[in-house]
Amino acid sequence: MKRKKWSFGLFILSLAIMMTLAGCSSSEKADGNGEKGSTLVFARGGDSVSLDPAIVTDGESFKVTQNIFDTLILFGKQNTELEPGLATEWSTSEDGLTYTLKLREGVKFHDGTDFNSEAVKVNFERWKSGNEEKFYYYNSQFGDVIEQINTPDEYTVEFKLKRPLAPFFKNLAMSPFAIASPKALKEQGDKFGDHPVGTGAFKFDEWKRNDRITVTKNEDYWNEGRPKLNEVIFTVIPENSARLNALKTGEADLIDGVNFSEVESIENDPNLKTFFRPSLNVAYVGLTTTRGPLKDKKVRQALNYAVDKEALLKTFYAGEGQVAANPMPPVVEGYNKDLNPYPYDPKKAKEILKEAGYEDGFEIELWAMPVPRPYMPDGQKIAEAVQSNFADIGVKANIKTYEWATYLEKARLGEADSFLLGWTGDNGDADNFLYVLLDEDAIGSNNYTYYKNPEVHKLLLEAQSTIDKEKRNELYNKAQEIIKDDAPWIPLVHSKPALAGNKTIEGFAPHPTGSDRLDTVEIKQ
Amino acid sequence: MITYIIRRLLMLVPVLVGLSLIVFFMIRAIPGNPAQVILGQLATKEAIDSLTKELGLNEPWYTQYFHYIGNLLTGDLGESLRTKNPISEELWPYLTATLELSLVAIIIAIVVGVNAGIISAWFQNSWFDYSAMLLALIGVSMPIFWLGLMEQWLFAIQWDILPTAGREDIRNPIDSITGLYIIDTLVQGKWDQFAVVIKHLALPSVALATIPMAIIARITRSSMLEVMRSDFIRTARAKGLRMFWVVYRHSLKNAVIPILTVIGLQFGVLLGGAILTETIFSWPGIGRYIYEAIGYRDYPVIQSGILIIALLFVCINLIVDLLYTVIDPRIKYNK
Repeated sequence: MKRKKWSFGLFILSLAIMMTLAGCSSSEKADGNGEKGSTLVFARGGDSVSLDPAIVTDGESFKVTQNIFDTLILFGKQNTELEPGLATEWSTSEDGLTYTLKLREGVKFHDGTDFNSEAVKVNFERWKSGNEEKFYYYNSQFGDVIEQINTPDEYTVEFKLKRPLAPFFKNLAMSPFAIASPKALKEQGDKFGDHPVGTGAFKFDEWKRNDRITVTKNEDYWNEGRPKLNEVIFTVIPENSARLNALKTGEADLIDGVNFSEVESIENDPNLKTFFRPSLNVAYVGLTTTRGPLKDKKVRQALNYAVDKEALLKTFYAGEGQVAANPMPPVVEGYNKDLNPYPYDPKKAKEILKEAGYEDGFEIELWAMPVPRPYMPDGQKIAEAVQSNFADIGVKANIKTYEWATYLEKARLGEADSFLLGWTGDNGDADNFLYVLLDEDAIGSNNYTYYKNPEVHKLLLEAQSTIDKEKRNELYNKAQEIIKDDAPWIPLVHSKPALAGNKTIEGFAPHPTGSDRLDTVEIKQ
Repeated sequence: MITYIIRRLLMLVPVLVGLSLIVFFMIRAIPGNPAQVILGQLATKEAIDSLTKELGLNEPWYTQYFHYIGNLLTGDLGESLRTKNPISEELWPYLTATLELSLVAIIIAIVVGVNAGIISAWFQNSWFDYSAMLLALIGVSMPIFWLGLMEQWLFAIQWDILPTAGREDIRNPIDSITGLYIIDTLVQGKWDQFAVVIKHLALPSVALATIPMAIIARITRSSMLEVMRSDFIRTARAKGLRMFWVVYRHSLKNAVIPILTVIGLQFGVLLGGAILTETIFSWPGIGRYIYEAIGYRDYPVIQSGILIIALLFVCINLIVDLLYTVIDPRIKYNK
C-alpha cells in the first residue's frame, strides 16, 4: 500500500511540473520586467576573484572594478594614450624624479567621503606597505621606486622617486591603481574586496559568486551625463556557445569571448552586432632555445619561414587582426615598423635547415594550449596547422597537451620543445611585452623559451629608466631587431578579440586592455 | 535498526578519512603550484615562495594534513586560497543549487525511467519495448554537452519558450532563503518567480536526467521481467487479477530492490557529476565550483568540496539501504 502512494505522489508531481511548464510557455517572456532599457546584462566566461583592484591580477576582476573605481589618469577610449581621470593635469620634473598631479575637485566616493590628495596618499601608502604577493601589480610596476608621497595642498599630489621611471603615468592608468575610499578601506579591512567603494560611474550593489555582480548608477558621478545605464549586471556563462545562445534569447545584452568561427553568423543576424577589441596581444609559438635542434638560431629561423601565418589569421581569427612581425602589437609605443614578418617560404626554410645540418629534418614536441584565449581561439587546431607546416619542411612535430595550470608550469620549467602561448598587455607599454616575456631576468617566470641575449638585456634595462620618448623608442626598436634575428618565437598574430551584443547597444567601445568602462554605453530602443 | 544506523554512521569515519587522504595526495601530485596560479604568469620567484609560505604549503605533508583534519573536526572546512573566504560560507549556495537540479533530474529520471521499464517488461518484445530500449541505449551514450546545446537551440532559440542560462531571471533576482529556489519562491508566494524557476530548471534537469533515466529504465525492465516470470505472478494472473495490478502492485514490489539501488547510486553520481550540465547551462553548482578550484589549484576547496559530495553520497546510500526494509519486510538489519 505504501508503495502505491509513493508512485502516485510522483505521478502527481510530474503532472504538476508538466502543467506548470505548459502554463509558463504561454505567458511568453514575462521575465524582462519592462526595465530592460536601463539594465545591461554583460555575460562573460568567468567570475571575478575580488573587487579590490589592488590585490587581483585577473582580467575578470578588472572588468568590474574599472566601472566602480576611477584611476588618476585614464586610458583613451580605445587606445593607451593618457586622458584626465581623477587627476586633471600631470607633469614631470627635469630630472625625472618628481611627478606632480593636479586632482579633480568636488569628487566624492560612493560612501560620501571626499576625494582629495589625502585619499590618494592613503591608497599609495597602503600598496607600498604591503608585500608583493598582496599588492602584486604595485610591486611589479613600481617596486620600491616611490620614495615619498607629498600632499602640498588638498588637490595636489607629488611623488618623489628614487630613480626615473619612464612609464610612471602610464602605470597610473592601469586598473589596479584605482583609488579606493579611505574610509571604506579602514572599515572593511580584508573584506574590502566584497564591498568595494570607489568614485566610479557605478556603485557596487550585490555579488553572488559564480553567478552575477550587480552595479547601479552613481547619480553623482563627476563626469556629467554619465553613466547612461541605470544598472549593469555582470553574469557568468562559462561555455562560449551557451553564452551566444543567451545573447540570442535576450538573457544577455552583451557577451565577450565570442568564437571567431561564429562571427559571420552573428553579423548575419539582424538583431545582433559584433564588436572587436583593438589588439593588445600576441600569439606565438615558443621555441625553447635550450632544447635539441632548437638551440640553433638557424633552425628557429627556418621554422619561422615555414609557418603560414596569413592562413592562420584567415582560418582561425575570422581574418580580424594582423600577422605579427614583432613580439608586441603595433599600438604599443616603440614598435618597430621597419620589421616585416618572416614571409611564408617553405623552400627557403628547407635551405636554411640544410645549412644547419638538418637536411632530413628532426622530431620535436609541439604543445597545444588546452584552453581558448582571445589570442588563441583553438589551440588544438592551430597546433595541427603549424604541425602540417612543419611537416612540409621535414620537421615532425608531435602534438601534446596538458591541463592548463600544468601546461604553464611545465613550460615555465623549460620542458617544452615548442609550444603555443600568447600574452595580453596590461598597460600598453613596450616593457610589459619585451622585458616581461623575453628578458633573461624573466627566465623562470614568463620567458618560457629561456631566451638569453646580453645585448637585448642591456637595451631593455636601459629603456626602463630612459624618460626621453625618442631615445626609449630607439632602444626598443633595436631590441626587436635582434630578437627577430635570434627568433626565439614564431610570432603568429595580433588578434582582435570578438564580442557581440544586441543591436540596440550604442556607445560601447571595447578597450585594448580588456577592462571596459561602460559609462558611455546606452541601450536605444 | 537503531544500532544498525549507528554502526553505519560509525563506518563513515574510516571511509571519510580514507577519502580525505586520497584526495589530499592526489591533488598534490598534479603539477602546478597554487601560489604560481594565484599570482599569475607575471609573478617573480620570491613572490611565489613567499606566498607558498603564507599559505602553509611549504610545511611537510603530515603537518598540512593533520592541520586540515584538525580543522575539519571543529567543523571548519578551511578557507579558499583564491578568494580568502571561508569555504563553509562559500559552499552553501553552490550545494543547494546542485541539490535542486539533481533532485528534479532524479525525479524526472525515476518517473520516466521506471514507467518506461515497466511498460517495456509488460509488453515485452512489442514495438514499445524495442523503441524504449533503443532510446535508452541512445540515452546512455548521449554526450550531455551536445544534448544541452541542442536543447538550447531548439527550445530557447528556435521556439523561444525556455531560457538557456542560470537559475533565475537575473534582471529580477530571487530572494534566497534556503537556496532551493522552488521552495523559496513557493514560501514567498511569488508565483511568477516560481514559474521562472521551473522554466530555468527544465532544460538542464532534462539533460541531466537523460543518462540515469536510461539506466533506470533498463534495470527496471530486466528486474521486472525476472519477477514476472515467477510462479506467484502466474498464480495472480490465474486468479483473474487485472494485469495493471499484477504489474504495478505485485511485480513492481518484488522488483524494486535493484531499481532502488541504481537510483541511489545514480543520484549520488548526479550530485558530483553534474559539472557538464552546470557548465553549459551556467548553473552555479558545486561541480563547477570544484572544477574551477582544480584549475586554480585551490587545495582546500577541492578537498572540502569532494568530501562534502562523498558525505552526501554515503548518506544517500544509507537511506537507500534503510528503504529496503520499508519496502521488503523480509530484509532486517537487526544483527
